[in-house]
Amino acid sequence: MNAPFEGIGASVRRTEDLRFISGKGNYTDDINRPNQLYAVFKRSDRPHATIVSVDTAAALAMPGVVAVYTAADLAAIGGLPCGWGINNKDGSPMNEPKHPVLAEGKVRHVGDPIAMVIAESKSQAKDAAEALVIELEDLPAAATVRDALAAGAAQIHDNAPGNVCYDWHIGDKDATDAAFAKAHKVVTLDLLNNRLVPNAMEPRVAIGDFDRTTGLHTLFTTSQNPHVIRLLMGAFVLGIPEHKLRVVAPDVGGGFGSKIYHYAEEAGCTWAAAKLNRPVKWTAERTESFMSDAHGRDHDSTASMALDEKGNFLGLRVSTLANLGAYLSTFGPAVPTYLYATLLAGTYKTPAIYAEVKAVFTNTVPVDAYRGAGRPEATFLLERLVDTICHDTGFDPVAIRRQNFIPRDAFPYQTPVALEYDSGDYFATMDTAMKQSDYAGFPARKAAAAAKGKLRGIGISTYLEACGIAPSAVAGALGARAGLYEVANVRVHPTGSVTVFTGTHSHGQGHETTLAQLVVEQLGVPHAQVEIVHGDTDRIPFGMGTYGSRSLAVGGSAMVKAMDKIITKGKKIAAHLLEASVEDIEFAGGKFSVAGTDRAKTFGEIALTAYVPHNYPITEIEPGLDETAFYDPANFTFPGGCHVCEVEIDPETGVTSVIQFVAVDDVGRVINPMIVEGQVQGGVAQGIGQALLENALYDSQAQLVSGSFMDYTMPRADNLVNISVGTENTLCTHNPLGVKGCGEVGAIGSPPAVINAVVNALSAYGVRHMNMPASPEKVWNIIHGGQRAAAE
Amino acid sequence: MYNFEYQKPAALADAIAALGQDDAKALAGGMTLIPVLKQRLNQPSVVVDLSKLGLSGITVTGDTVTIGAMTTHATVARSAEIQRAIPALAALAGGIGDNQVRARGTIGGSLANNDPSACYPSAALALGATITTNKRSIPADQYFTGMFSTALDEGEVITAVSFPIPAKAAYVKFKQPASRYAMVGVFVAKGPAGVRVAVTGSGQSGVFRFTAAEQALAANWSADALAGATVAADDMMSDIHGSAVYRAHLVGVVTKRAVLAAG
Repeated sequence: MNAPFEGIGASVRRTEDLRFISGKGNYTDDINRPNQLYAVFKRSDRPHATIVSVDTAAALAMPGVVAVYTAADLAAIGGLPCGWGINNKDGSPMNEPKHPVLAEGKVRHVGDPIAMVIAESKSQAKDAAEALVIELEDLPAAATVRDALAAGAAQIHDNAPGNVCYDWHIGDKDATDAAFAKAHKVVTLDLLNNRLVPNAMEPRVAIGDFDRTTGLHTLFTTSQNPHVIRLLMGAFVLGIPEHKLRVVAPDVGGGFGSKIYHYAEEAGCTWAAAKLNRPVKWTAERTESFMSDAHGRDHDSTASMALDEKGNFLGLRVSTLANLGAYLSTFGPAVPTYLYATLLAGTYKTPAIYAEVKAVFTNTVPVDAYRGAGRPEATFLLERLVDTICHDTGFDPVAIRRQNFIPRDAFPYQTPVALEYDSGDYFATMDTAMKQSDYAGFPARKAAAAAKGKLRGIGISTYLEACGIAPSAVAGALGARAGLYEVANVRVHPTGSVTVFTGTHSHGQGHETTLAQLVVEQLGVPHAQVEIVHGDTDRIPFGMGTYGSRSLAVGGSAMVKAMDKIITKGKKIAAHLLEASVEDIEFAGGKFSVAGTDRAKTFGEIALTAYVPHNYPITEIEPGLDETAFYDPANFTFPGGCHVCEVEIDPETGVTSVIQFVAVDDVGRVINPMIVEGQVQGGVAQGIGQALLENALYDSQAQLVSGSFMDYTMPRADNLVNISVGTENTLCTHNPLGVKGCGEVGAIGSPPAVINAVVNALSAYGVRHMNMPASPEKVWNIIHGGQRAAAE
Repeated sequence: MYNFEYQKPAALADAIAALGQDDAKALAGGMTLIPVLKQRLNQPSVVVDLSKLGLSGITVTGDTVTIGAMTTHATVARSAEIQRAIPALAALAGGIGDNQVRARGTIGGSLANNDPSACYPSAALALGATITTNKRSIPADQYFTGMFSTALDEGEVITAVSFPIPAKAAYVKFKQPASRYAMVGVFVAKGPAGVRVAVTGSGQSGVFRFTAAEQALAANWSADALAGATVAADDMMSDIHGSAVYRAHLVGVVTKRAVLAAG
C-alpha cells in the first residue's frame, strides 16, 4: 500500500482542527491557576480629560477586593514600548510620548485604563470598579486627523506639538515634480481608508503568575508572538530578565495583527501577580475589545498621477494623514510608512514616486497593523486612482494596467520607493483572473441584470505586497528596533519521530499541518510522526512570531536550514555505519544510501544510532540528532495578483450584493493548496467587509458609535459568495522554499476590486469615487442624487 | 450581572404575586433581559421566570390563531397550522434573530418589551390582534403606546395573543446590517378588519400604522396603488445605518414589496 502523499503540494487535512471543532482547544481563558484572582480594568468613558482624582477607599472596602491600583502604584515600571522609530523629513526622530500601563494624569481615549481592580471573583472586581470615585475634567477631543491638526486643537501629549508624531517622506521629490511638469494629464483623487476593529473571535486574555520560590514570572496571553512580548515586557516595562520570565501563548483564536502588540493588561497582570504573590487573570469582554484592541487603517489621503498622452504613468505623488490613535502601539509608526509608502509602486513601473506621510495623535484607540497593514491602504489608493484615471480620461481599466505593468523580464525590479521585487508576473495573474471571471461576458450579464432593474458592475484590482518580514538589516535601517529573523529547533527522537519547535505562532493558520509537510518533504518522515510546537518561550529557543505573512517564508526557511543540518549529521552517521565515505552518501525518500549501490540505512535507523551510539564515530561527532537554525531572509517576499469582483446594486434600496469574486494570486510555491484557498478566502471576506460593511465610526466628540456588534457590521456568510481562488505562481528567488506567503493577499487585493465594481455599477450616475464602506444609504444617495457629495 | 433572586412559580397567580415585589422583573425567553443583565444595565431584586406557567401552545379555530405567550419563535415558525392559516406570521417568526434566539425568544416577551425594531409588533398591529393578559383583553390598536412602552400595567402579564386570520398578508423586513433587527419591517394584511399596514423598525414612537398606504390599498390592492403613499421623514428614527429620509423612502419600497409578496 502506498502511503498518501503528504509533502509539499498536498492538501493535507488540518490536524489541529479536531481539537478546535470538538471543543478541546486550550485557549488562554481555559487556563486557571490555583488560588487565582481576577482583574477588571476601569476604563475611561471620556475621550480626553484630566484625571483630577481617583478615590479607591470605597472600592477597597468591598467584599473580596484584594487591591486597587492606579498609575501612582506603577511609578516604578516603564511605559509600553514602541518597536519602530520613524524620522521626520529633517532627520529628527519622531515624537514618542509615553504609553503608560494605567493612565497618568490624563485619559486620552474612551477605553483608556484608569485603574486595575483585583478581587477574589470577577463579579466582585466589577462591583468594586463601579465603586471607584473618579473625577475627570473634560478636555476638547479630536477623533479625526483633520480635527487633531486643526488650529487650536487640544494637545493630546505635551511632547507632540500640534498632535504630530512625525512628518515623513520617501521617494525623489524633484524627479516627481519633473514628471508632473511634463505631464499631458494629471488625475487627482482624495480618499479615505476606513478605520476597522479587528474583532478576533477570541477576545484578549492575560494571566500573570509568580513563583516566589524560584522568582519565575509566567504570563499566559493571547499573543501572536510570545518571545516578542517577553522581550518588550521583560526588558522595557517590568525589568524582568528572560530567564525569569516565561510567556505562553497557547491556542489563540484569531489575531489578524491585533494580538502582535504588547498590551497594558499583560504587564498589569504580570506585575500584580508578583506584588500579590497570587495569579491574576483578566479576560476581555467584547465591549472592551472594541475600545482596547488596536484598530486598523484610518488614512486620509490625496493621490495624483501624472500621465503622458498614451496613458503611461510618469509620476505619482501621495500625501497621507495617518491616524495613530491616542498612543503609539508596538508597530504603529511603521504601518503608514514602511509597510505603506514603500508599496506605492504597486504592480506598475511608475518611474518617479514621492510620498509624504504625517502621522497624527487623536483621541481614539491606538491604530496598528491589521491584516495587510499598510499594503491594503496602498493598494486601495493606487487601484482607485487607476480606475479614476480611466473615469476621467476614457482609458480602459484593463489596458491601462497592462500597459503600465512591470514587464516579466524586468525582475529583479528596483522601485523608486526602496523595495526590490525579486519575481512576479502580473500579466499571468491578470489573464487567469479575466478568464476565470468571464470578464469578456460581463456586458451580457449587465444587460440581463438591467432587465431585472438591477445595476451590475465589475471591478478589477491588481496588487503587489511585501511580506515575509523581514531582512534584519533592512528592518534595522528602516527603524525597527529588532531583527525579524526566525528560529527553528528540529528535534529528531531516537525512534525517528520529529518535534519542531518554531518561533512562529499559529492562531488559525494551520501551521501544525503545513510546517509538518515541510518535514515530510525534506526528511521523508510521515506526517503523523511530526509534531509542531509553538507558543511557549520555555520550550522554543527564540522567535519573532507570526504576522506579515512571514511564518512559512521565514519560519519555514529556518526549518529547512535546521533540517539541512540534520541531514548533514545523518550522512556522517550513515557513512560510519555503511563504511563509506561521507561524500558518497545520498539522502532521499527517508533513506541514507551509498551512491550507486543498494546499501542504505533508514532515517529511523540513523536516529536510533545517534541516541544509542554503540557503533558511532564518537570522536568526530556528538551523539544526538537535534539542530537549531536561525534564518534571516535576504529580502522581503512579493506576492501579487489580480482580483475581479462583480456586484449587483438594488437601486431602490442601495443594497450592494457581491455576485462573483475571483482572486488569482502569486503566492510562490504552495505547500498546502487547501490551506492557501482558505487563507485567501478569509482575507477576501475581510476585504469585502471593509469595502461594504465595516466601519469604526467615531462621532465629533470622539465617542465610538459603532462600538458593538449591534452597530459594527461584521461580514457574515450571507454577505459573501463562494470566493473563487486561483494561483499563478512565480517562485521567490531568495528563500530555500520559493514561498512568498498567502495570509494577507486576500485582504489587500479585494477592497479596491469591490469599490471599483460599485463605482462601475453606478457609472450612469456620474460617480467618480466612493469611500468605504459602500453602505446602502450612501449608494442610495448617489442614485437618488442631491447628496452625491456626501459619499465623496 | 448583578446578583438577584430567581423564582420560577408554577401558577400564574403566584407569578403575579412575585412580580408585585419591588424591582421584580419577568423573564420570558430572556433574549433582551439576559443581555441587559449581563451588561449590568438593569438591577432587578428578583427575576420571575414565566416558563412553568403553561403559557405556551397554539390553537387554530375557524377564524383565529391563538398563540400562548411563552410560545417560542421557532415553534411558531415550524407550526404547520400557522403556516396554513397565516403563513406570513410563521415566516415572520422564522426570520427573527438566529436559531438560538428563535429557540428561546417568545411572542409574549417580544410584545411586552415592544422594542421599536422587533418584528412581532408589526404583525400584531397589522392583523388587529388581541393581547390577552391575566386581567383583560387589549386590542392591538390600544396596546402599543410608544418605544418600549405598552398598555400593560405594572405586574400585568400577557398570557396569549389572538390573530384574526386574514385573506392575504405578508411581512418583509429590511435588516439593519449589523444587528439584523428590522430597520424597516412592514406587515401588510387584508383581513376582517380591512386593509392594515404596520411598520416597525423606523418610527420614532415604535410600531405604527401606515394609513396612507392602507387607504391606497383599500381602494386598489396592488403595489402600483402605493405610488403616492409616503410617511413623513420627521416621524422616522435616524442612526448611523439610516437617516430619517432614507428610512422614510425604505418604508415605501418595503411596503410595495410586501404587497407583491402577499399576492
